[in-house]
Amino acid sequence: MMNRIVARNFGSNVYRLRIPWRPFSNDAASNLSSSNAGNPTKEGEGQQYDIAIVGGGMVGLALACSLASRPLTKHLNVAIIDSNPALGRNHFIKKEDLPDPRVSTVTPATISFFKDIGAWQYVERHRHAYFDKMQVWDYTGLGYTKYNARDANKEVLGCVVENKVLLSSLLSCVQDTDLQKKIYPSRLTSMSILPNSSSLEEDSTASETVLFTHGRLAKLELEDGHSVYAKLVVGADGGKSRVRELAGFRTTGWNYSQNAIICTVEHAVENHCAWQRFLPAGPIALLPIGDKFSNIVWTMNPKESSEFKSVTEDDFLKAVNHALDYGYGPHPTSSLLGNGDIFSWFKGDITMSAHDCFEVPPKVAKLASERMVFPLSLRHASDYASKRVVLIGDAAHTVHPLAGQGVNLGFGDASTLSNIISEGIAVGTDIGEVSLLKKYEADRKPANVMMMAVLDGFQKAYSVDFGPLNILRAAAFHGAHYISPLKKSIISYASGEHRLPLFS
Amino acid sequence: MASSKLLSQPRWFRFLPRNLSNVRLFSDLPSQLPVSEPQNSIESKSNNRFSKPSSTPSSLKEPELAKFSAIADTWWDSEGPFKPLHIMNPTRLAFIRSTLCRHFGKDPLCARPFEGLRIIDVGCGGGILSEPLARMGAAVTGIDAVEKNIKIARLHANLDPTTSTIEYCCTTAEKLVDEQRKFDAVVALEVIEHVADPAEFCKSLAALTVHEGATVVSTINRSMRSYATAIVAAEYLLQWLPKGTHEWSSFLTPEELTMILKRASIDVKEMAGFVYNPLTGRWSLSDDISVNFIAFGTKEN
Repeated sequence: MMNRIVARNFGSNVYRLRIPWRPFSNDAASNLSSSNAGNPTKEGEGQQYDIAIVGGGMVGLALACSLASRPLTKHLNVAIIDSNPALGRNHFIKKEDLPDPRVSTVTPATISFFKDIGAWQYVERHRHAYFDKMQVWDYTGLGYTKYNARDANKEVLGCVVENKVLLSSLLSCVQDTDLQKKIYPSRLTSMSILPNSSSLEEDSTASETVLFTHGRLAKLELEDGHSVYAKLVVGADGGKSRVRELAGFRTTGWNYSQNAIICTVEHAVENHCAWQRFLPAGPIALLPIGDKFSNIVWTMNPKESSEFKSVTEDDFLKAVNHALDYGYGPHPTSSLLGNGDIFSWFKGDITMSAHDCFEVPPKVAKLASERMVFPLSLRHASDYASKRVVLIGDAAHTVHPLAGQGVNLGFGDASTLSNIISEGIAVGTDIGEVSLLKKYEADRKPANVMMMAVLDGFQKAYSVDFGPLNILRAAAFHGAHYISPLKKSIISYASGEHRLPLFS
Repeated sequence: MASSKLLSQPRWFRFLPRNLSNVRLFSDLPSQLPVSEPQNSIESKSNNRFSKPSSTPSSLKEPELAKFSAIADTWWDSEGPFKPLHIMNPTRLAFIRSTLCRHFGKDPLCARPFEGLRIIDVGCGGGILSEPLARMGAAVTGIDAVEKNIKIARLHANLDPTTSTIEYCCTTAEKLVDEQRKFDAVVALEVIEHVADPAEFCKSLAALTVHEGATVVSTINRSMRSYATAIVAAEYLLQWLPKGTHEWSSFLTPEELTMILKRASIDVKEMAGFVYNPLTGRWSLSDDISVNFIAFGTKEN
């Protein structure tokens, strides 16, 4: 081809060819320029990027920030495709805004990830609440567990942050970086992976030119008519991922016959502890958000959830206090199994929280937001990666909210993927290569599946009101409360330190 | 990267024959290197000095050409016969990246550290090494004796604007020496065990390297362990490679390779081994040069 001959004659300098869209071009030579391979070509067909992140939510933006923070990936050209108008402008969150009911509990591992990418400083400017204590019990009153961050030599167990704060922090962070990015405020309609050399048999110049410009790329077509070409497509578009559907990834999973009601409530006193009580129909969780506000996540069957959504505020608050306090069963006392003497033969010092008595959560005084209802399900993609496509976050896995782990798994995915991409670029790999993307899958899949299994196990174990099972659960509570290595292990696992829940 | 480890001298080096004493191994660990006398069999291989008038080059053995022609189409099938090479590729590139960056004073944290370097990939096959080198910014020339390989390599490289600048030729190192081509770095991985005259081949590699340029050669050690792994296990038991891909007698020991490179004015500065972990299915760089090893040398004189 003429272009290559011309390139060779330029001696030792490296030139990357920018081929015009028209075939048989006689002024191809004059179009030679030393442009970066990743720059968007402004020819009529569509713009070309290194990575197209479909879904500009928390996990998608976290990936963009992470790429921007690494020396080997910060030169990449990234397209973010999301029709959410909030991404287009930096809306200011006012201090006096009431907390939004959609919150996430970020684990210490996520907090350190955010600090690495430079996004945590933005979170700290808004409302956020660290908590270092947690109490878990159930309605049978047979047992309870209190966790304290100090049991595992930590400062905090986690931090509760509103999703809109996380999103705007990540957006501010990525906008402050030098990463070349473009936000496409549209939705993905179709995707195709352009052919590779093994299927190429024809020798016609026209098709060669097509493949030359867009040979090994993925082509994304958007609702507003734009076309985007990318070496790698990242599906970060949530539980109903379009990328996952278009790429043909199979999923397994089931719907829990449960919905979650979430809302913000206010107390008369400050709350610094996270509370979770397992009721017959599902757990109710009270998470501190700061400024005497807390977030309620109440899981129950769909019929009850629509009832509770429509009752008056007062009735709802009464029901919440009932659920957190004496409703459904008695308070657990600490003396059922002899104050832990039975476990004293286990090695290791008793954690300080083992001596804490059961406490009643603070009364809920006021409702501070609307009540939202979401259906709950578990879903897992059978593969996370295929040629030129990779899934992260909820697109890859959806879990039960009972341990607040969901988005943390997604942030873990983003961190690992950007690490893998960086390692690939270090050795000149094509970032859309399946073998590279499978390394990401091999790293994240076992950990994610394990977490999902643990959470699903909890969900099932705590949904049954059956005598012997209740006693077993009580024993589990006591065990977790008094056996220090177990408690430390649980805290470490939930904090995101260890990927697998073993004694390690 | 283990670049800091490469700077430390191994404690055992004084027990080695002199020709390896300047070589820094990958880390500071003591090695179980078999200390063998360089055999005289290298001298007896110096036939084929004449070149045939056909397109077959002088240095590559005839049966080798036929072997590679047969499986040329499967070069880029990462699940096909070349799968072990695809899996090993990132590890080889990691060594090349760290040694060349250090030698040429390039920033290892740059995404395209080889900008401005001319590199030749001798025995490029389908281009699985040439393409990543081009992505790292180098001006790459890939040569191979098998015409089919060059065709496949060109076709595949043309699909990506970054790699389309690679110059592919069906030729031999000797012919390029005649054309007086020079390169900043000459890379010949997994080739020398297939040539008829390794000493002459190394002389050609040296002639292609500029003064104070770099030469990287990788091959398989001729040891009991490599017979067990690279021949018996890889070809017969696991069937990673087609039977007869390698002839154990044409493997070179690290000392032999260092010696023939020295005779060709290439000073071997660093050497590392590739080790396969069957549990993770990944290769990694290590001190263990008893099976696969790679050597980095510079041209002095």
